[in-house]
Amino acid sequence: MAGPVVRGPVGRLLERWGLNGGGFAHGVHPPPHKELTAHLPTRRLPFPDEVVLPIRQHAGKPARPIVERGDRVERGDLVAESQGFVSSPIHASAAGTVADVDFWPHPDGSWEQAIRIRVDRFSTQLPRPRLVPRWETLDPSELVDAIRRAGVVGLGGAAFPTHVKLSPPPEYPIDTVLVNGSECEPYLTTDHRTMVEFPERVHLGLRVMMRALGVERGVIGVELNKPDAIEALRRSAPTDLDVSVVGLTVKYPQGAEKMLIRSLLGREVPGGSLPMHVGTLVQNVSSVATIAEVFETGLPLVERIVTVTGRGVRSPANLIVPVGTKLRDLLEHCGGLTPDAREIVFGGPMMGGSVAHLDAPLLKGTTGVVVLTEADVRVPESYPCIRCGRCLDACPLFLNPQLLANLARSGRWDEMEDAHLADCMLCGCCAYVCPSNIPLAQLFRLSKDAVRRKRTVAA
Amino acid sequence: MASDRSERSLLVTTPPHLGSGDTTPRIMWTVVASLMPVVAASVWFFGPSALLVVTASVLGAVITEAGFVGRVRLRGGSGVITGILLGLTLPAGIPLWMAFLGGAVSIGLGKLIFGGLGQNIFNPALVGRAFLQAAFPVAVTTWPETGGPWWALRGDNFALPFLSPDPAHTVTAATPLGLMKFEGEGTPLVDLALGTTGGSLGETAGLLILLGGAYLAWRGYLNWRIPVGILATVAVLAGVLHAVDPGRYPGALFTLFSGGLLLGAVYMATDMVTAPVTNLGAWVFAVGIGVLVVVIRMWGGLPEGVMYAILFMNAFVPVLNRATQPRPFGARTVEAPS
Repeated sequence: MAGPVVRGPVGRLLERWGLNGGGFAHGVHPPPHKELTAHLPTRRLPFPDEVVLPIRQHAGKPARPIVERGDRVERGDLVAESQGFVSSPIHASAAGTVADVDFWPHPDGSWEQAIRIRVDRFSTQLPRPRLVPRWETLDPSELVDAIRRAGVVGLGGAAFPTHVKLSPPPEYPIDTVLVNGSECEPYLTTDHRTMVEFPERVHLGLRVMMRALGVERGVIGVELNKPDAIEALRRSAPTDLDVSVVGLTVKYPQGAEKMLIRSLLGREVPGGSLPMHVGTLVQNVSSVATIAEVFETGLPLVERIVTVTGRGVRSPANLIVPVGTKLRDLLEHCGGLTPDAREIVFGGPMMGGSVAHLDAPLLKGTTGVVVLTEADVRVPESYPCIRCGRCLDACPLFLNPQLLANLARSGRWDEMEDAHLADCMLCGCCAYVCPSNIPLAQLFRLSKDAVRRKRTVAA
Repeated sequence: MASDRSERSLLVTTPPHLGSGDTTPRIMWTVVASLMPVVAASVWFFGPSALLVVTASVLGAVITEAGFVGRVRLRGGSGVITGILLGLTLPAGIPLWMAFLGGAVSIGLGKLIFGGLGQNIFNPALVGRAFLQAAFPVAVTTWPETGGPWWALRGDNFALPFLSPDPAHTVTAATPLGLMKFEGEGTPLVDLALGTTGGSLGETAGLLILLGGAYLAWRGYLNWRIPVGILATVAVLAGVLHAVDPGRYPGALFTLFSGGLLLGAVYMATDMVTAPVTNLGAWVFAVGIGVLVVVIRMWGGLPEGVMYAILFMNAFVPVLNRATQPRPFGARTVEAPS
């Protein structure tokens, strides 16, 4: 579907209508700010003195702790088991002693039960000798189970358990696996570095996924602002599989599941449906690489690449970080905050949440830490809506944010549902373009919560 | 050390944490700036009177707004736009107190009464103008003669309230539209485009208005579909009528460049608050205005119909918005897998 991409003003015009190299209509062009870290090779963060593993790090049910205070754990040991199918186990990201299992600041602002491990400074941090599953000999269900037991979740931010995605019901056959390497959020270079430095892992992970699903075709979509990643992936592409690497127009939210499917396959996922309903599945490129790691080393998901960036941090970096590293330790390693640092965001600045507690740990789904300065943060002033219509021209899902916001302000949830509130993916394009600085995305987030509460009460 | 920083100094805001940098005040002040050449042209054509009238209506608008909204909203500049636009629809010789009152009514009855910025249904400047036309029909349609010394006042600008100027003391010139309607006399197109004709302050400098509009459209501060739709509709209808009966109906170019059509199409119909939010709605809105302008001009009792055409279509905007909701993604073309 994705044809050649036209550059220049004509390309931008075509792009508005989603006609440039496949692509999707609407969307926004925030300043990328990727130059801060795009060129920096990943480095390994030295093990901190303590890691904190909240039981809620993934979409679905939280995990249940199976260790107690004083237990000795090695790196990679299971410390919390999954509860049910849509859930994921959690493993110790460093060897040491369980200091506590108690409430601890969670990046979302709440306090959540967490397993705190005092790291053994004298440990080699080698995982216990374990059996490495051989993907060549495993059948699809065993592959999926190995991925589940390794605690693999989507590393693009939403942290949806990967084994659930890999188990579609038989009535929805999947024909193509899509790998999301677009990394359209400004600042972040996590996926970028993964693709440049570990292209073989991406291809191995994709191969495992295709085998698990019995799918013949794989497509990796990468935004055109990462030519080195495209080049690296193309160079290491396997010859025995139908895998292609496709350059995508640079536009936010190119990496949103529905947008990516539109761009790469020309299929539109209707409201209320999932990618499997149009015969595909999307996985973030870092998660795909993590799947490969599971079958290379046998080590479960205990570390990930995190971009620490923004003008508010002294030395930005791409770091391989144990899951559960506290924000404080991470920032200290990166030279600390500058005097004008004002806001710390977990994830990208378009969808990520602010974190004000420096003891909050990094989670499996934390793609980056962006430190914004006084000059970067949005002014708190908000003006009345002047009905300029820019939000309508920005919304990639063709909703009417202006109408939705009016309804949200007066609490008319039923009418909001009729206006397709459920389709909104909170990408924030509307709020980004709003000249009156109306917190549209936040209004919709709250409205979604209100609708859910109302449903729960009614049920 | 990261921990040196007190966590209390960190902000917690909601995503997105980036903005496009464009703000409502910036939009408003850019519109004001783009109107400055038009104001300058009116001063060039009509002398100090023009500046006095525009200033009076701006003061009327801003002072009224200041009585009801905080300083932040006032800095937003939307009251200034209303004042300037109203001033530009008035004749140079109008008493200043009327211009001031018009500005006050624009904001008071046109905007504040609906709940302030963003809530009004009708274009505030046109509400003020409609009020003046109803209250002081003679003063609002007493067009000064062009020519004469530049510095001379074009009428009794300093008349005291309700001591109406004696019409005998002012020299009245006909506007091109009046000439056409009542005398069947045309005006050279060059004069129309450059603005060397009789008329209200802002309606004469057609080319400057188009330039300002083009700049705003390029910046994304006005929806180009509206002026394009209005002007195209008017041109087509006027062209057809002219072809049918050249003696009775003026040609397309005359219709486009005469009267307040350009000012209305570029600066008033495009007022974001009172225009449709959807692009399809904007097209319907524009075509509606164009049709009404032609109908009023050609067959109505008035020489000019832009004001009523826009006000009339303003009333349809909520309906248009509702009828032209965008179709959500995925509801259009779903290519099912084979």
